[in-house]
Amino acid sequence: MYESLVEAVARAESDNISLGELALRLEAEEGVKTRPQIEAALGRALSVMREAVARGSVGDLKSVSGLVGGDAAKLKHPKGPLAGSVFTEVLAAALAVQEVNAAMGVIVAAPTAGGAGVLPAVLLGIGEAKKLGDDVLIRGLAAAGLVGAVVAVRASLSGAEGGCQAETGAAAAMAAAAGIEILDGTPRQSAFAVSLTMQGTLGLICDPLGGLVEVPCVYRNATGAAMALAGIEMALAGIEFPIPSDEVIDTMGEIGRGMDIRYRETAGGGLAATPTGRKLAKDRLVQLKGKKA
Amino acid sequence: MVSLLDIIGPVMVGPSSSHTAGACRIGLFARGLIGGQPDSALVELHGSFARTGVGHGTDRAIAGGLLGMAPDDERLRSSLESAEQMGLKVTFTNAKLRGDHHPNTTRITVGRAGQTAKLIGSSLGAGRILITEIDGFRVEISGTYPTLIFVAKDEPGIVAAVSSALAAGGDNIATMRVSRRGKGGDAIHIYELDDPPTESALARIRSLPAARMVRAIGKVA
Repeated sequence: MYESLVEAVARAESDNISLGELALRLEAEEGVKTRPQIEAALGRALSVMREAVARGSVGDLKSVSGLVGGDAAKLKHPKGPLAGSVFTEVLAAALAVQEVNAAMGVIVAAPTAGGAGVLPAVLLGIGEAKKLGDDVLIRGLAAAGLVGAVVAVRASLSGAEGGCQAETGAAAAMAAAAGIEILDGTPRQSAFAVSLTMQGTLGLICDPLGGLVEVPCVYRNATGAAMALAGIEMALAGIEFPIPSDEVIDTMGEIGRGMDIRYRETAGGGLAATPTGRKLAKDRLVQLKGKKA
Repeated sequence: MVSLLDIIGPVMVGPSSSHTAGACRIGLFARGLIGGQPDSALVELHGSFARTGVGHGTDRAIAGGLLGMAPDDERLRSSLESAEQMGLKVTFTNAKLRGDHHPNTTRITVGRAGQTAKLIGSSLGAGRILITEIDGFRVEISGTYPTLIFVAKDEPGIVAAVSSALAAGGDNIATMRVSRRGKGGDAIHIYELDDPPTESALARIRSLPAARMVRAIGKVA
């Protein structure tokens, strides 16, 4: 069932349940963990996500290199026309989690650490705005998990294999499904939200400065979360994407397999290979060696 | 099968699920393989592990795993200092491993009380790992189950002897694989179990005349 989102949607529809509920049932059917154990594990993930958002929002963290940290707190006082909206809260939360991650703090990989800001930002941002209970948010995590599992099987969740589209792109698709789940959308809308979100992240390369999960990763979590909000909003409005979700996911995998090695986490291309990117990486790596000795 | 909790998780110390959490789990597996805390470890980093490992804390994560720390243990940050205090001499080096390996791969040689063991492990993304080689045998171990590793002389009836010892202990086998270097040479048996094997089963397996090495390794993922 985890091999096809199209099939998962069909089963959820025929059983008249949500995608998140289906995911929880399928996981319990595996027999490794009971339903209460699964919900408890997801509940723990939820609380670690909340703690990470809170920790990163303080603004005092610096990454190991000193390149990132403190930007989430700036968005706590947004100055633009969208100030005070769910949108700015979501962006701030995505930055906050990634700043914690870059400082070797505790986060929930969802699906990876490099993309760990997207799902909590969207889930908790919407959850707080709509005052949703933890039971609802746990179903949201389950729906996201199901989508991530399909992406893992059909494509990839590794930047080294498939570029950033396989990390923040996959995370955004997962967050889109979570958003539809907690906003009481249908399983079909979840699949459309996945497609509408992922079509926007296709081809995204993984080009971190010095190969480290800092720049642009921290910011790409915020833009990934924005992409998920776009997918959620469009799908809830009844917009249908003509390419089925499985095929969009397959496309991501195919693009990843064809992606030049420079664009797959090696720091050989993209922003990492710009003159400034190279200089910053060189300066910081020297600094790390100095620290270690 | 990919579990929901593999995707929404692990809860881990950053910054990279493959370079930090997965690396820690490979370290934990190596610790299990040598049967406890090693006193020495040579860690060879391949591919992306070699290029960007230090900044991702891959070295700290593997050392932490060797010391028995889990991926969500905040002490990972200072594991290199802990290693020194806890009597683990760990050396890191970059290497180009021969053959076809995942970009995030390490070869770890651990020593403990005069014995050594060697593994190759890859970090597949999202914290998932795959152990692909143990002491020169090709294997496929995910670390998501308690794993029994058994090296024995390749002779008829040996699989039945092990599985009946496990059955007598009430241990259920989830997956099993046997491979060998050549006919009549040594074979490696990998049993992934639902629960850690009972002491009585382990004792029976250790007492088999063909047995060369028996190791029960807890779940690392």
